[in-house]
Amino acid sequence: MDSVLTAIFVLLALALVFGLILGYASVRFKVEGNPIVDQIDAILPQTQCGQCGHPGCRPYAQAIASGEAINKCPPGGQATIDQLAELLNVESIPLDAEHGSEDVRKVAYIREDECIGCTKCIQACPVDAILGAAKQMHTVIVSECTGCDLCVEPCPVDCIDMIPVGTTIGNWKWPAPPSPMQIIATDRSTPSEETA
Amino acid sequence: MAVYSFHGGIHPPENKLQSTQTPLVDAPLPKHLVIPVLQHIGMAADPVVSVGDTVLKGQVIAEPVGRISTAIHAPSSGRVIDISQQPVPHASGLEAECIIIETDGEERWIEHAGLADYKQLAPNSLIDFIRSKGIAGMGGAGFPTDVKLHLGDDHIVNTLIINAAECEPYITSDDMLMRTSAEAIVGGIEIIAHLLKPHHIIIGIEDNKPEAIAALKAAMESSRLEIDLQVVPTKYPSGGERQLIQLLTNIEVPSGQIPADVGIVCQNVGTAAAIHRAVTTGEPLISRIVTLTGAALQQPQNLHTLLGTPFSTLLEFAGVDHDKLSKLVMGGPMMGVPVTSPHIPVIKTTNCIIATTSEEMPPPPPAQACIRCGMCEQACPAQLLPQQLYWFSKGKEFDKARQHNLFDCIECGACAYVCPSNIPLVQYYRFAKSEIRNEEMEQRRADHARARFEARQARLEREAAEKAEKRKQRAIEAAAAQAARKKEQERAAAKAAESGTQTADAEANIKALKVAAAVARTKLSKAEKALKNARDKGLEGIDKLEATVTDLSTKADQAQAAYDKAQAASSQPTSRTSEPASNTNSVANSDAECEAKQDKPVDLKGLKQQVSIMRTKLKKANAANANPAEIEELETRLSAAQAELTAAEQQQIDRAAAEGIDLKQLKIDAALAKAAVTKAERAAKAAETDEERLTLESELPPKRETAEKLAAQLARFE
Repeated sequence: MDSVLTAIFVLLALALVFGLILGYASVRFKVEGNPIVDQIDAILPQTQCGQCGHPGCRPYAQAIASGEAINKCPPGGQATIDQLAELLNVESIPLDAEHGSEDVRKVAYIREDECIGCTKCIQACPVDAILGAAKQMHTVIVSECTGCDLCVEPCPVDCIDMIPVGTTIGNWKWPAPPSPMQIIATDRSTPSEETA
Repeated sequence: MAVYSFHGGIHPPENKLQSTQTPLVDAPLPKHLVIPVLQHIGMAADPVVSVGDTVLKGQVIAEPVGRISTAIHAPSSGRVIDISQQPVPHASGLEAECIIIETDGEERWIEHAGLADYKQLAPNSLIDFIRSKGIAGMGGAGFPTDVKLHLGDDHIVNTLIINAAECEPYITSDDMLMRTSAEAIVGGIEIIAHLLKPHHIIIGIEDNKPEAIAALKAAMESSRLEIDLQVVPTKYPSGGERQLIQLLTNIEVPSGQIPADVGIVCQNVGTAAAIHRAVTTGEPLISRIVTLTGAALQQPQNLHTLLGTPFSTLLEFAGVDHDKLSKLVMGGPMMGVPVTSPHIPVIKTTNCIIATTSEEMPPPPPAQACIRCGMCEQACPAQLLPQQLYWFSKGKEFDKARQHNLFDCIECGACAYVCPSNIPLVQYYRFAKSEIRNEEMEQRRADHARARFEARQARLEREAAEKAEKRKQRAIEAAAAQAARKKEQERAAAKAAESGTQTADAEANIKALKVAAAVARTKLSKAEKALKNARDKGLEGIDKLEATVTDLSTKADQAQAAYDKAQAASSQPTSRTSEPASNTNSVANSDAECEAKQDKPVDLKGLKQQVSIMRTKLKKANAANANPAEIEELETRLSAAQAELTAAEQQQIDRAAAEGIDLKQLKIDAALAKAAVTKAERAAKAAETDEERLTLESELPPKRETAEKLAAQLARFE
């Protein structure tokens, strides 16, 4: 009987000690907010374009953290989806065509002769990349533009173009080497076979 | 001094003899010089000339932008005819901004002068002088030299290594430079040593350049500096900065660090010569030695070439055979890149142009599968695992490639050279590197956009908060102003009441009395109507109504009498002036009498308000933990106010009861009648046929009348 009581007391004491430690740890090392949201937000391209149906990248990151599909970001494209899939340990899925398709990076360009200075695009720009004032000509700061498209819609005179960013020496990439020749005859795929 | 060794390396055929057979000559002056504004690592220079300007030889045509950048000078005199996008020496074959000068053949120099004694100058001024002469590393990378000369500021530089190895096959431009201008090189070394103050200076040179070694030795004899000329065995890539450092000092520069971190600075012989020329004569970097070689040339040779000279001019000078030419390579056969356009100009880093025939450099055989032989690992001078890097790059596992130190790869091509499967390994590494760099750039851009977005959100929120705050402030101000106005009015009213003797007041009283009399009459007629109606319909409570009518008629008479009296008093101004007090008093009295019943309800409302205010005050005091005395006082005041209210209410009920009316019942009746009217109205509106509507509407008036009547009755008590 004594040994049973001893065991109970020992276990109780242990439970108490660990409970205190856990309680202290939960207060001391409390994590504010959901850390996964920050990680998802870091992967998203930050164009703030709203094509996913959320008002910005962070809201979409929050939505993903609470279970929304990861394939709603056309600016990020498949690369972003793959990274998200890896982070969240889920299957990678193709981009949801409903939200748009992957496109080359673009920047907004204001045809300055036609600009009437209404400031509507300035209010629409999520990253303050448009410079101007009421009744003054506006212009886009190219280095800040994320190419989100949001300024095109509010323009009353349709003077904003989205211009694809061309390849320059600064952003040129070495191309991937051609895939090695298929040496075994049966490995070769002829164009007629591919289309068949 | 011992020569050490580095890992790996290869011994490709040297092919250097072809281009060293003839003496160094000046290249012909082309009609047009095409000068790219980016000829170095870092930011592109900013053009400071415009189209149409006449420029002199050595004139600055583009200024450096930012810390890591160099100035660009006109290589010859002439006129700027265009500033536009032109093909430039770059692996991409893309175009970039270039300044095009039409030469006038006069070679007129701009006024320039060297430094009489550079040692008199402060180090920073000397470095700025060198920077202003547009000098960038001539070895191949084109790193702005002034930045490297500043390394002594924040690093302890023990050893200065002058790179004269020139290990890549075919290239002999440094060799020719050393043969012809060894004095200039040694002079340049003295300037660099003056700035960096190293304890030890070593020139590293491969043993396949005996003439250059002899020339350097001769030049060093006249120098007061202790310079070690270290001859190293020929092995590719001993001219790589890190490889040469290891060869000469046995120090391995750690991954991710620069040689200066281990106390070493490397400079190319070409750079040393350029520094010497700039400092002694004041001539900026506008020319260099370029090796023209390859089997497609009749006379392979080295040419002293102005920067901006198109390749085609040099090739023609060397007698190119266009039929035999299959490929044009810029740089050496190992690390160079093929170029497509012969109009690409020579820039500060162009050391060699190879015009090859198809026999000399046959197209690479098709790549086969990796057999994991490991020969690439044996050859790698950076001690990497080329095979693993190949798999990761091919599978686009860039993170893993990076973990395997992809960025320590110097892209020397030794691994691809030894690969038995002919896999273009360097291409894979270049691809992976540029993908990773691009990803990083995207990440930076995304972070930047996030920061801007968040800043904007914060700003919008702040603005909204400020607006709300302002609105609140305005509301408070408006309330205060209203309160002040009310107070003012009250004060005015009190004043008016005090000075009741004034004529205006008397007149106002008369007016009020007139209104009161009219109201009483209306009420009486309404009540009479109701009584009649009730009699007709035989409704209950006729006796009550009768009582009301009697009461009202009395009141109406009283009101009329008061009015008449007041009227009479005012129509006799003499009497009013003689006895104003009694007159007003009597008016006030009669007024009070006839309006007693109207006054009471007003009091009731006020009392109710007072009680609720008291209650709130008490609650607040309780919540705020005010001192007990205060609370007690509030409690007493509340109970007093409540008592007053109850008394007033009771009085009202009593009064109603005195007239034979149950106030409660009256209230209910009035509400019911009102509801009936609303209901009937709604029914009439919703009626489908006209007939139905008419019937319903005809029923409406009596109902309305009842409701009005009851409401009127109720109004008397409330």
